[in-house]
Amino acid sequence: MTQTPSMTDATIAANTAEPGASLWHDAWLRLRKNKLAVFGGGALIVITLFCLVGPWFSPYTYEQQDFAQYAKAPSAKHWFGTDKLGRDQMTRLMHGGRISLGVGICATLVSLTIGVLYGAMAGFFGGKTDAAMMRIVDILYALPFTVFVILLMVVFGQKIVLLFVAIGAVEWLTMARIVRGQVQSLRKQEFIEAALALGLSQRRIILRHMIPNVLGPVAVYTTLTIPAVMLLEAFLSFLGLGVQPPMSSWGTMIKDGAELMEEFPWLLMIPAAFFSLTLFSLNFLGDGLRDALDVRTSKD
Amino acid sequence: MPLLEVKNLRTYFHTRNGVVRAVDGVSFEIEKGQTLGIVGESGSGKSVTCYSMLGLIPQPPGRIESGEAIFDGVDLLKAKPAELRQIRGKRIAMIFQDPMTSLNPYMRVEDQLIEPLLIHQKIERKRAVELGVQALQDVGIQDAANRIRSYPHEFSGGMRQRVMIAMALITKPDLLIADEPTTALDVTVQAQIIELVKRMQAERGMAVIWISHDLGVVAGLCQRVNVMYAGRVVESGPTASIFRTPQHPYNRALQKSIPALQPKGAELYTIAGMPPDVSKPFVGCPFAPRCEFAQEVCRGPVELKPGDSGQATACVRVQNGELKL
Repeated sequence: MTQTPSMTDATIAANTAEPGASLWHDAWLRLRKNKLAVFGGGALIVITLFCLVGPWFSPYTYEQQDFAQYAKAPSAKHWFGTDKLGRDQMTRLMHGGRISLGVGICATLVSLTIGVLYGAMAGFFGGKTDAAMMRIVDILYALPFTVFVILLMVVFGQKIVLLFVAIGAVEWLTMARIVRGQVQSLRKQEFIEAALALGLSQRRIILRHMIPNVLGPVAVYTTLTIPAVMLLEAFLSFLGLGVQPPMSSWGTMIKDGAELMEEFPWLLMIPAAFFSLTLFSLNFLGDGLRDALDVRTSKD
Repeated sequence: MPLLEVKNLRTYFHTRNGVVRAVDGVSFEIEKGQTLGIVGESGSGKSVTCYSMLGLIPQPPGRIESGEAIFDGVDLLKAKPAELRQIRGKRIAMIFQDPMTSLNPYMRVEDQLIEPLLIHQKIERKRAVELGVQALQDVGIQDAANRIRSYPHEFSGGMRQRVMIAMALITKPDLLIADEPTTALDVTVQAQIIELVKRMQAERGMAVIWISHDLGVVAGLCQRVNVMYAGRVVESGPTASIFRTPQHPYNRALQKSIPALQPKGAELYTIAGMPPDVSKPFVGCPFAPRCEFAQEVCRGPVELKPGDSGQATACVRVQNGELKL
């Protein structure tokens, strides 16, 4: 549950790479040399552990109110202060992190798997198949997102899992387009022709030859998707479609904090700092991953 | 029975600007162990002929309109995709023009090299790697056991072409199609690659179709030559007679335009005009508009017919005995 993007990519690896998986081993060696990426990965691990394990050691729960401790600044008793209902902000931050990171990972995984496979297929087969598949994407693009989510909630009830699905179902569209474009240009490369001439099946060509070649842009877009997904979650929660009080997520905490930032700045600053740190780390890691996955960038 | 017999192959591309007749009624055959050269200028349909046989033409826009390509009793043009995959890469292998782009940059040479073995012969990976190292040694790559772990970008162009050849030959095919394999390489490397293919052919007794526009290479390597022009074979025969006694006016002009054979300082001979636009239908000889011997009769239909000099020529006037050397 720690290195978000590398975990998501690892799922593709499971599909594409066979024993040996040399591409991934090499990528790992190169990634380790990249200081920023290592920092990003490390920070993500720490934040994730903090959110996962933290609540067990906290003397408070996320919903426990203490009006005597109304909106207190950080202190020895409440390290990150309390909100205006006297709830311990650190505990809420940990719980919120679980939701935010969870949404980020799950929705990104969904979008990654569907998007990469769908895009690769459309790009590879081309012609009418491609046209039909991409028109479906266009139609889904045109659906107003909020309406789509409300519909899901109405039909299936309000569950957090649905939130993951809903966001994932929207985010894969862009991924599919990116991958399709990449695959289309790869399709005309001679090595794909050579692979066909060697008698490889289309399935094998897509999984073994196409997808590893598009991993660079995919890795970058994935690390951009995770923060986008976290923001979407905040937006949905704001509309009352996502996380419901007293549960918290980073998005809702930032939103609540923003309303009170003049009187109680820590309510905004602390969740915002965590959110930003996560996004920075993801970007560093994504950048590092892209370089690490490009076998031509470094010679060792 | 010939190893491969192609009859009346027509491959058209249906584009927005009309139907491009890239290959228009090509027939030829090749025996086991033989080397056939296909020469012609760019766009004459050399590559498309071979791609069509292997089912590598993108469809659409391409379409194989007619023809047969009987390889060892199987018609490649009517074979099911799964059936074709069993032949492609196993019994018929292909090497491409540009070794820089023919290898997947994201895969180690090892993984690409043994892929045909893994899918066609279903042997263990460990054994396949051993065979891969052996194959690299056979094509003259030193320190193969270590080099096999490299990525394509760590090889030079000539070395990559060697890798491609090793990959094509690893399943011991009966037929190797070489699509201008030396065009992208410099001359010394060219010679090495040609020697390599010759040697491999001698060792394994496979047939080779060598596509090229380099007449010198073809003359030194092939037993038979097809000269293509505008999607048709205009002359076909044993190498010696194709080069020594060219009959078809196009082939004559080709031989005349080899720079090395012209006196120093003389203006180089060129064939006036441009190859015809094959998207416009025409009857008769495609070379007629550029031909110095063209007459009214050249507008009529013409077929490849064997003549007395040992080669077949698609020129009405040669067939009528009107054009003597």
